[in-house]
Amino acid sequence: MHLSSHLRQLEAESIYILREVVAQFERPVLMYSVGKDSSVLLRLAQKAFYPGTIPIPVLHVDTAYKFPEMYEFRDRVAHEIGFKLLLHRNEAALAAGANPYALGTQQCCAYLKTTALLEALKKYDVDAAIGGARREEERSRAKERVFSFRDRHGQWDPRNQRPELWSVFNGKLGKGESMRVFPLSNWTEQDIWNYILLEEIPIVPLYFAKKRKVIVRGQSLIPVLDHDPLTRNGGVIEEVMCRFRSLGCYHCSGAVRSNADTIEKIVHEMLHVKTSERATRIIDFDTDASMEIKKREGYF
Amino acid sequence: MFVAGSQELSLLRFSTAGSVDDGKSTLVGRLLHDSGNVYDDHIAALQEAAKQTKSSRVSLALLTDGLKAEREQGITIDVAYRYFTTTRRRFILADSPGHVEYTRNMATGASTVDLTILLVDARTGVIEQTKRHAFIAALLGVPRVLLAVNKMDLVDYAESRFKEIVHDFTEFSAKLGIKEIKFIPVSALEGDNVVIRSTRMRWYTGDTILEHLDTVYISGDNNLVDLRFPVQLVLNPNQNFRGYAGTIASGTMRVGEEVVALPSMNRSRVKSIVRAGKGTIGDYPSEASCKDAVVIQLENQLDISRGDMLVRPGNIPRITSNFEAMVVWLGNDPMSPSIRYLIKHSTRETKASISAVDYKIDIHTLGRIAPGALSKNEIGKLSITTTSPLFLDSYDHNRATGNFILIDPASFQTVAAGMVLNRGRSILGVDNSESTKSKVHFHREVPLVTRAERESRFGHMAITLWMTGLSGSGKSSIAKGAERALFDQGASAYFLDGDNLRQGLNSGLGFSRQDRNENLRRAAEVAAIMNDAGVIVICAFISPFQADRDAARAIIGEDRFIEVHVDAPLETCEERDPHQLYKKARRGEIQNFTGISDPYEAPSTPDIRLETSTLSLPECVESLVELVRKKSSM
Repeated sequence: MHLSSHLRQLEAESIYILREVVAQFERPVLMYSVGKDSSVLLRLAQKAFYPGTIPIPVLHVDTAYKFPEMYEFRDRVAHEIGFKLLLHRNEAALAAGANPYALGTQQCCAYLKTTALLEALKKYDVDAAIGGARREEERSRAKERVFSFRDRHGQWDPRNQRPELWSVFNGKLGKGESMRVFPLSNWTEQDIWNYILLEEIPIVPLYFAKKRKVIVRGQSLIPVLDHDPLTRNGGVIEEVMCRFRSLGCYHCSGAVRSNADTIEKIVHEMLHVKTSERATRIIDFDTDASMEIKKREGYF
Repeated sequence: MFVAGSQELSLLRFSTAGSVDDGKSTLVGRLLHDSGNVYDDHIAALQEAAKQTKSSRVSLALLTDGLKAEREQGITIDVAYRYFTTTRRRFILADSPGHVEYTRNMATGASTVDLTILLVDARTGVIEQTKRHAFIAALLGVPRVLLAVNKMDLVDYAESRFKEIVHDFTEFSAKLGIKEIKFIPVSALEGDNVVIRSTRMRWYTGDTILEHLDTVYISGDNNLVDLRFPVQLVLNPNQNFRGYAGTIASGTMRVGEEVVALPSMNRSRVKSIVRAGKGTIGDYPSEASCKDAVVIQLENQLDISRGDMLVRPGNIPRITSNFEAMVVWLGNDPMSPSIRYLIKHSTRETKASISAVDYKIDIHTLGRIAPGALSKNEIGKLSITTTSPLFLDSYDHNRATGNFILIDPASFQTVAAGMVLNRGRSILGVDNSESTKSKVHFHREVPLVTRAERESRFGHMAITLWMTGLSGSGKSSIAKGAERALFDQGASAYFLDGDNLRQGLNSGLGFSRQDRNENLRRAAEVAAIMNDAGVIVICAFISPFQADRDAARAIIGEDRFIEVHVDAPLETCEERDPHQLYKKARRGEIQNFTGISDPYEAPSTPDIRLETSTLSLPECVESLVELVRKKSSM
């Protein structure tokens, strides 16, 4: 099977963007989250600089709450492709016991993702961070630029974004300013899966259906992990044939019932999917119950 | 939701424009909803919203109104992108809202699109803002505009009102030079002709909006002639490999061909074209073309770096530090002649100052007004001087290498978007101004024998008879008869037959709407060439759509194009059925068969109408030959 003309065009446009980053910036990094979009991004970066290797470091901002399979996969991929892997965690917050039950998902993300990311970008003096976000993912991203400007504090000011015309990207920065760059902006979830299928890109096994221990809560299947007692709270543990449609921290990734245990089956499943990616994605812990926990552990 | 698997899809980028009350959000919502591109959880949210407002129907506008809330919070949004799919195409919609900053927003959205949907309210028709939007689309080189005449439900679905608007817009847009304009009467609110064909406007037999988006032919937009390869990055991973990474902006590059590196003017040959194929295994194609991201290796080691450009020796862009451009000002601060801006053109960057403002455009009247510094959202013609030369094509000639942006040297904001005009001399003395005047992408040779001379030798004007009519109406028989009669009378005449063309020149084309468009476009080009050679051409094509016939008229030329309607009732044609095609169509063996499963738009004002159910074949031939004698001054 070959790439259809629209995938070939998306691929070429993404490669162009990746090359622009390397040409225009001094210390860019490729953000890597271990998920399917990151896997595609890595493949595109390999292609953009072929026959050379990926000329910039790959950064994983870790929350410490990723699935064990993700860590294994990350290290294997880094070894096989041979890129330079940078790791960072918000150690201070983790030492203080940060988790979504205690803080609520928003606050937890703020500490373990946002703050950690800003720390990492500062630590490595990054001027451009390439991410795998897609505009189709959610409404607020629909207006995001390919080259998204951040001020001295790493903040995104929607009023201060640069118009992007044609394929001319303005990567000029003042002191302390930085850029986030999104080469997959125009890809859809379907494009990602088709590309993974046609390019035979390795992905984390969590995307494939198998029997997993979960707690069924309404439509959500909340994963239970042996090593983390927090995941056992709040329900009956069942074994369900399921897979993850999108991956994040295990506290906040809901599985979906599925028998799709190959990429072909996943692509086929996507043909009939009726809900948005986001609908199964976030398990909101900011309920009355979690608020109570938060108050109880209010010392944070 | 996901309608396609890994089948061959093409990509179409389009934008929408219209004033706030024209129903743009509703149209986009309708398009997404009726084409099955809205998720269940989103529809449920709409139904919930309808319940809360006690409204009897869901508001499809809400699907795209994430933006509205933000607007109310005072956040500027210039373009929001949306994605949807049919079985044929993947669509990227650049949705630019904004009353206040429409020029900036629309220009940004329009810069990359293949098509713009321009909405008008059927009640108010073509208003000042419609003209403004059409002007910006034309300025940014959008190749085709679809004028959606919306709210037809509020004018009783009246054909006369639609025709008035078509007439008004056609008259206005003639001077804008938009390649292709399509008109569709719709009601976004009721769903008429957006995705589902209207049952309330039976007088309209053309495409719905989605059908048009699905089938409009866009491959011809790529400039495959002028090779322009801006070097993006030099790849030097080891001692054995040195290559130039970049995306081919236009044209085609082949292994073994000679190229010139700009600005050094050094020559070499293409040694190999490299890209990573599946699984990042090296792939070495013998050629690459427009939009391909590749790595080029040359036979000789030249000193080439980012910002240089590889082109063909016989086809060099203007190399210049002085040029004129139409510029849209985007920055908050007005333009200043004392500032040295940074200019980015393809992968090249240098400094630029504005040496003159030739005029400004009054965006309300579209007239020229006295020059002065451009402020935000203003458009004008500027003369620009750069510190080092750029390699320029005019924008109407090459969208990819005719654009640039200006960047403020202090704030680094993008403050202007420019489109290069085709005047000015190259410092290397290569003056392409002659070739760029023509719309085609290469130099047009001026022959030593003129058409007038040929016509005078043959003793008649070269015209094209375009015979349209249902299958079995008698087009070919009359055409053959006329060809014989004209030839016998000493004229140089030729019958151009659709089936014959399909066996040769057009053998790669099928019967989809876009292939049929392309079939007719090529036929018209052939007829135009033959006219140029002094020959009278008799074309016999079903050509069921007025738009296609109008396109043929534009190619062949108003004064040479004679529209002949070979008219017979469908029943008569079906009875004749010379090739048993109607029987097959009735049995469903042939799809999209004109008259059975596809509409036929009869010409409203043909030059001649031949009613073959009442006239005999010799009578038809005679009337036609008589008309030719008159029109071609035989």
